[in-house]
Amino acid sequence: MTDLHPVVGALGTSSERPADRFRFLHVVHRNYLVWRQLLGSALVGHLADPLLWLVGFGFGIGSLLPTVGGLTYLEFLGSGMLCYSVMNSASFEALYSAFTRLKHQRTWEGILHAPMTVTDIVIGEWVWAGLKGALSGAAILLVMAGLGLLKSFSALWLLPIVLLVGLAFSGIALVVTAVAKSYDMFTYYFSLFVMPMMLVSGVFFPAEQLPPIVRFTGELFPLSHATALARGLAVGAPLDHVVLHLAVIAIYAVLGLGLANNLIKKRLTK
Amino acid sequence: MLKVAGLRKRYGDLEVVRGVNLQVASGTCFGLLGPNGAGKTTTLRCCLGLTTPDSGSIELAGLPVPAQAREARARVGVVPQFDNLDPDFTVAENLIMYGRYFGLSRRECEAQVERLLVFAGLTDKAKAPIETLSGGMKRRLTLARAMINDPQILFMDEPTTGLDPQARHLVWDRLKTLLTEGRTLILTTHFMDEAQRLCDRVAIMDQGVIIAEGAPHELIDREIEPAVIEVYGDGIDSWFETAGKRYSERSELAGDTAFCYCHDPGPLLRTLEGLSELRSLRRSANLEDVFLKLTGRDLRD
Ligand SMILES: Nc1ncnc2c1ncn2[C@@H]1O[C@H](COP(=O)(O)OP(=O)(O)OP(=O)(O)O)[C@@H](O)[C@H]1O
Ligand SMILES: [Mg+2]
Repeated sequence: MTDLHPVVGALGTSSERPADRFRFLHVVHRNYLVWRQLLGSALVGHLADPLLWLVGFGFGIGSLLPTVGGLTYLEFLGSGMLCYSVMNSASFEALYSAFTRLKHQRTWEGILHAPMTVTDIVIGEWVWAGLKGALSGAAILLVMAGLGLLKSFSALWLLPIVLLVGLAFSGIALVVTAVAKSYDMFTYYFSLFVMPMMLVSGVFFPAEQLPPIVRFTGELFPLSHATALARGLAVGAPLDHVVLHLAVIAIYAVLGLGLANNLIKKRLTK
Repeated sequence: MLKVAGLRKRYGDLEVVRGVNLQVASGTCFGLLGPNGAGKTTTLRCCLGLTTPDSGSIELAGLPVPAQAREARARVGVVPQFDNLDPDFTVAENLIMYGRYFGLSRRECEAQVERLLVFAGLTDKAKAPIETLSGGMKRRLTLARAMINDPQILFMDEPTTGLDPQARHLVWDRLKTLLTEGRTLILTTHFMDEAQRLCDRVAIMDQGVIIAEGAPHELIDREIEPAVIEVYGDGIDSWFETAGKRYSERSELAGDTAFCYCHDPGPLLRTLEGLSELRSLRRSANLEDVFLKLTGRDLRD
């Protein structure tokens, strides 16, 4: 049984390297290499889109509006769009792109032939989609800084926070990917979950004037907590319940990952 | 190298692997044969820890599977039935990226690319995107990819399906080299000549059960009469009824061809003399005859 071990040399011991805990980084790295090939279009998407939105809507509609909860509409919209973009970016990656690798390209199947586990792959995809969300967020922060919207250095706290928000939406989206039969399912996800959540989470207009039950429903989901944090830290709106906001977002991130991992494991090792 | 006992796997109402036992010795080539849907791929996937079996025990490279399947796979190369090369990368990048999953450094992987491309006969395709490769080239690249970790054991599910004769000979040649290097090969194939040529031992699987096992020549000696006469042409039906059945130990009319198996073909051949409308072919028995005898001539699924 063991007589051939010398043939593989160092490989026989590779499984005991401490770096094994970070095997998921191979998946992040793979996705990064692919993303880098399309860097130009990716960056234009991250920077130009929010810039056009902010300038167009912020100045266009904003000039017609009085202040919103003590903020100019541009400030209000900027901090809302920040969260919206993080959500969108992470969701798209963890839905469409991840599903492509799961089903159509069978990339995950190939990775599993190597000494990698389903959990390595799922964590890698979760982190990667979270990072893409965070990158979108960072791009918007940059645009906001350029437009002079950021009030203080506390805005820098938003860098780790957008990563957390990205991970939350990445986790939820991976659960959907895990059970999806085709891309059609993602249309439902956006129409029946993402859009309604957006409307009650104070992204484009304040949620305060909504009926209490609707507001409460909004607060069950991470987007409203993300907007509250962004508004407080980026443009200086009053901010309390920081720990609660962070906790809700983190719970979605972790539960999403755990559930997605279980479902994808079942699906792939059937 | 591989020990499987009492392996069972069910999909819905259908039990597709029904109590499989296997032993593959180190440094040998083992062939798993069987008609479509017999359960070969499912068995291999269970051995690699890619599918969770319902029951049974598996030991691969000295490690229990699925408990330590990941560690076992570090010493294994896998050629899946359907290629899953990464379409987002070029040929060379596919090899490098795959090596990274084994924990090899980029430099370690790059150092192997040249050798593996020669191995696969793809030296001038290093920078080609995957979608520009032909089916056979993809197959060879998948084989090269499986070698990136210098594996002790190779699992190959139909490695030569879709290859032209040149490429098939190239692959056979490579596989023989791997055997002389002391590696263990486990493969499935639908080409009986390939199994006969490469495998030290084969197992024939049908409907989830292994129905025969042994060295190819042993199976041929044990299951089949040594001489085979194939006869076809006008009037085959009446010749078969009057002479074919009578002068062979075992015979079969499949479509328009009679297959007659016997120890001494002399008497049978004499009945064909002067029958110019009948054509005949005399050959010695091979593994395909064994396969067809044991699994029948009917199409599966
Ligand atoms: N994921 C799955 N879900 C349901 N049924 C499956 C699944 N995988 C395989 N099967 C069934 O299990 C049986 C055995 O399939 P398997 O792929 O192991 O056969 P095989 O011997 O490799 O056949 P082939 O020579 O065609 O590759 C088939 O009836 C197949 O339909
Ligand atoms: Mg198969």
